[in-house]
Amino acid sequence: MNREEISNKLKSFLSKFFGKKNVESLGDDDDFFSLGFVNSLFAMQLITFMETEFDVTIDVAELNMDNFNTLNKIINIIENKTK
Amino acid sequence: MSDKNKKIKCVVWDLDNTLWDGVLIEDGEVTLKDNILNIIEQLDHRGILQSISSKNNYEDAMTKLEEFGIKEYFLYPQISWSSKSQAVKEIISCLNIGANTIAFIDDQNFERDEVKNSIPEVSCFSADEIGDILDNELFIPDFITKDSMRRREMYIADYHRKKVEETYQGPQEDFLASLNMNISIRNARDEDLDRVVELTERTNQLNTTGYTYSYEELKLMQDSDIHKLLIIGLDDKYGTYGKIGIILIDTSNEQWVLELFIMSCRVMSRGIGTILLNYIMDMAQTADKELYAKFIPTNKNKMMQLTYNLAGFKVFEKRDDYILMKNDLTRIQKIPEYVTLVSELHEYEEDGSRRIYG
Repeated sequence: MNREEISNKLKSFLSKFFGKKNVESLGDDDDFFSLGFVNSLFAMQLITFMETEFDVTIDVAELNMDNFNTLNKIINIIENKTK
Repeated sequence: MSDKNKKIKCVVWDLDNTLWDGVLIEDGEVTLKDNILNIIEQLDHRGILQSISSKNNYEDAMTKLEEFGIKEYFLYPQISWSSKSQAVKEIISCLNIGANTIAFIDDQNFERDEVKNSIPEVSCFSADEIGDILDNELFIPDFITKDSMRRREMYIADYHRKKVEETYQGPQEDFLASLNMNISIRNARDEDLDRVVELTERTNQLNTTGYTYSYEELKLMQDSDIHKLLIIGLDDKYGTYGKIGIILIDTSNEQWVLELFIMSCRVMSRGIGTILLNYIMDMAQTADKELYAKFIPTNKNKMMQLTYNLAGFKVFEKRDDYILMKNDLTRIQKIPEYVTLVSELHEYEEDGSRRIYG
């Protein structure tokens, strides 16, 4: 799966939370925490989505705002784990 | 408290020859066992939830329960031909409570063994033991609070919420907004302390340390200048959830340490925990104090760890019996527009509008 494919899947997931319009205009390095209030339910669903969609394992301890807040950061995590 | 003597939160009843005498599908006519009505009412009054696991025809069994006038006591009744352990698992997941807080009552050895084998944490009782359960320690909550008496009602409101949530299509935020949530935060008062003790003892999942306190200890902290003991309430358009959370902050040594943060599992997935943490972060910043939090990982409180991580708490140092986390307060999320937060703690309100999203 290339970066663009991963990015598109992520965007459609994020759209469910932040609305399609907001996500469409989101740059790869934009902080999506600024789009709306991010809670642990969102985080839990994001982890579950990443684990099932890309077959990686994410440890709760790894997850904090600074390494999950942009599309690029998430894509990097997925790529590193699937190597 | 060890897992062995966890207080029971939910009783799961078998029907045939357990709740009533006779086998519905064969006899058609069955009669409630002696004193069963009183036992059901007493358990309900103590705030212990009740459900059903029975191999029967769903419609017939429900009709019969209605005839006896006891249908409304049972949450998520599992009446089908699948295994009892499956039924108990379903109830556990619907109510979102630990398996070690379930009592399963069935007249058949086979069924009790099947459940025990699949979910060893569940306490199983035979139908002969029903007469003794009201006097059994496990079924006697330490406190019976206003909230515990209304627990079933609250779970029923929750059931309706879930139904709406399942059928809802659209961004999460819109759904949360449709709930009209009101969060209240204030200093604990004397009449809250029983509920605080109850929450520390009953809550395993959304609990940062698992510390429990006696009434006397809490009273001391409530009266002390160096502790903040805060109580959280929540209501929404379906009704009130009662008091659903506790925050305990130690403010000695010129810094704030979150000793304890507990949320009732009934409010899970409403985003309340994150909102409250951000509110505390905002308070600490206003008071110009460093903010730390104690955390003790258990096999049940992963969700709370996630909530802390997400709010920007990072491991500061590992102590012998807990992890100390620190929040550098650089990323404070404002309170989302979809909730109203009413705080009594005015000394930390610089400017109310500053903290609202949008």
